[in-house]
Amino acid sequence: MPTTTGKPTTLLAELTHRCPLHCPYCSNPVALTRSRGELSTEEWQRVLTEARALGVLQLGLSGGEPLVRRDLEAIVAHARGLGLYSTLVTSALGLTRERAVRLKDAGIDHVQISFQDAEREGAERIAGTPSWDAKHAAARWVKELGLAFTVNVVLHRANLDRLAEIIDMAAALGADRLELANTQYYGWAVTNRAALMPTRAQVERSVEIVDRAVERYRRRMQIIYVLPDYHSEFPKPCYGGWGAHYLVVAPDGRVLPCHAASDITTLTFDTVRERSLAWIWDESAAFRAFRGDAWMREPCRSCPRKHVDFGGCRCQAFALVGDAAATDPVCTLSPERYRIDAMLDAVASPEPTYRYRTMPGAAPAVGARAGDEG
Amino acid sequence: MLLAGTARPALWHLARIDFDPVRERRVLLYPEGAVLLNDTAAEILALCDGVRTVDDIAATLSVRYSTDVTADVVEYLSQLAERELVRDANDDG
Repeated sequence: MPTTTGKPTTLLAELTHRCPLHCPYCSNPVALTRSRGELSTEEWQRVLTEARALGVLQLGLSGGEPLVRRDLEAIVAHARGLGLYSTLVTSALGLTRERAVRLKDAGIDHVQISFQDAEREGAERIAGTPSWDAKHAAARWVKELGLAFTVNVVLHRANLDRLAEIIDMAAALGADRLELANTQYYGWAVTNRAALMPTRAQVERSVEIVDRAVERYRRRMQIIYVLPDYHSEFPKPCYGGWGAHYLVVAPDGRVLPCHAASDITTLTFDTVRERSLAWIWDESAAFRAFRGDAWMREPCRSCPRKHVDFGGCRCQAFALVGDAAATDPVCTLSPERYRIDAMLDAVASPEPTYRYRTMPGAAPAVGARAGDEG
Repeated sequence: MLLAGTARPALWHLARIDFDPVRERRVLLYPEGAVLLNDTAAEILALCDGVRTVDDIAATLSVRYSTDVTADVVEYLSQLAERELVRDANDDG
């Protein structure tokens, strides 16, 4: 196990869990942080200063919906002053043209807007709220202002059959980049897994559609396709290894090696309210738990791929096997792979019903159909 | 695929070069990514203005280093072009 700790390159700052959308695949934890528990402007600025000193180059400003923070411009300006490359990860709800101008002036580099589908009904059904017009208007302002623009679409059973239309929509919006990310099953997506999982045939078709689109849009729009890991032979590589390059600060100041890590209830995460970011990165038990490869057991320990996929996802191992140090059960070398295959075999229901993401005590999502859970 | 000598490489318009005081290296920053640059790489990219050709850049640096660096320049720029971080301005019409 390497004894020296590398420097992180990327910080995801989850500024809030508040969000106007109710997407049933949200990766936020099911137990959301309320606004009064969020870090203040000054605390966020201190976190960014510490992150920069630790080596962070890339900043994602995310949530929830970061636009609900009225101090977003002040946070962006601070990041720019530090030399960070900042990406706003947004639903675009709440963005006005004036606010987009202020964010550009504050120094945002790149805006990533989520879109849910290539047609209004499907998009608003998954978002749980009217959102189509606001998103399309926001995309025009981002382009008009000359900001780097990424369209992000989470893929699942109900929109995969419109993948070609989704890609064409992103190109028509003028996206510089298109991220097509199949749903990963963390947070709310675990609750809704049965309704979200695509069929094997859908996934196979999607690969062909993306391959053709990559050729068609070469040099106009970069397409990043994240395959569903359940359908893969080997697991995804956990951001280049646990505590190697990436860290997340949650709305309440807890620092996580990945946005899904709070699901691992056997770990305790230190907070920037009590410790420096550098101490948490270098010394905290949570970051050291799976850093390097000394924690690995078989089949990982002797596997030639152990420095390729790093044992896969610790969060997924905990969620599906109940042991965060187990091999990711997605791996076909894992004795637990049968659990994934059973889920793949069970995909059938054509009409999904969702449990929409809501804050504790909040009313159910607008647009949720009668008979939906939640 | 290698870039042609007549290609006119330009940095992707969404990428920018900054100095990282922590690693004491220049760094190429772009959406969701960062590439640390050694001095040679930074010098190559500084010449990628969409006007100079690959041959021009190689010639300039070969003089600067008093040795023929054409193969290295072509290989490095071709790698970045493959990742779409460098574009050939001739293709933009």
